[in-house]
Amino acid sequence: MSEMTKRRPKYLNLFEIRLPIAGFASILHRVSGLGLFLMLPLLLWLLDASLRSADSYQSMQAAIAHPLAKLVLIGLLWAFLHHFCMGIRILLIDIHIGVAKAQARTSAIAVLVVSLLLTLILGAKLW
Amino acid sequence: MVNRKIVGAHYGLKDWLAQRITGVVMVMFTLVMAIALLQGVGANYESWRGFMSSSPMRFVTFIFIISLCWHAWVGVRDIWMDYIQPAGIKLVLHVLTLLALIGYAGWAAQVIWRI
Repeated sequence: MSEMTKRRPKYLNLFEIRLPIAGFASILHRVSGLGLFLMLPLLLWLLDASLRSADSYQSMQAAIAHPLAKLVLIGLLWAFLHHFCMGIRILLIDIHIGVAKAQARTSAIAVLVVSLLLTLILGAKLW
Repeated sequence: MVNRKIVGAHYGLKDWLAQRITGVVMVMFTLVMAIALLQGVGANYESWRGFMSSSPMRFVTFIFIISLCWHAWVGVRDIWMDYIQPAGIKLVLHVLTLLALIGYAGWAAQVIWRI
């Protein structure tokens, strides 16, 4: 009976979970996705301002030249790059590339490293 | 008596597939944008506007926006489903997420067709 009345749906307690590296990369996929979603209004506003007129293009450039704005944008750049790289890893695993445990671990580390490196390179360029 | 909640089968498959298709669309759009930006289309207002207002770019940008909103809906809804227990709060978050994404899609569409 207890088997039958198992509570569904099952919720997760985030503070009790110990993650392997692939799980860590995976939860960052969620965190980065949620962050990008929450910042969508800002990104849309930037797109809007960049295209509205030559004047608003200039003022948008001035606004994102502020160090704080740059930090936020570099954070978003990392979120995008991590989400992008992790997404490609997921698509590859879907077509049975890198499914084995060792390979999946390596690719998770690769995602973390590549997205951080690209953030550093592009971030330095944009700063 | 079997006392359990009945849940439908296969209802996740459509979302799973949508998440992959919209993901691939966004990867391709990202590559197009990355190449264009590396070639300097964002260097000044005139070239940026010229690039984004061309018919092919409007077409693919709109597809990108729809893919993004759909992808965000599936992903963010999954986050609420996994971590938010009270049904009332969960429903409110689902509705707010959906309404926000619909609004963003309209806003973005207006941005690309106004220019």
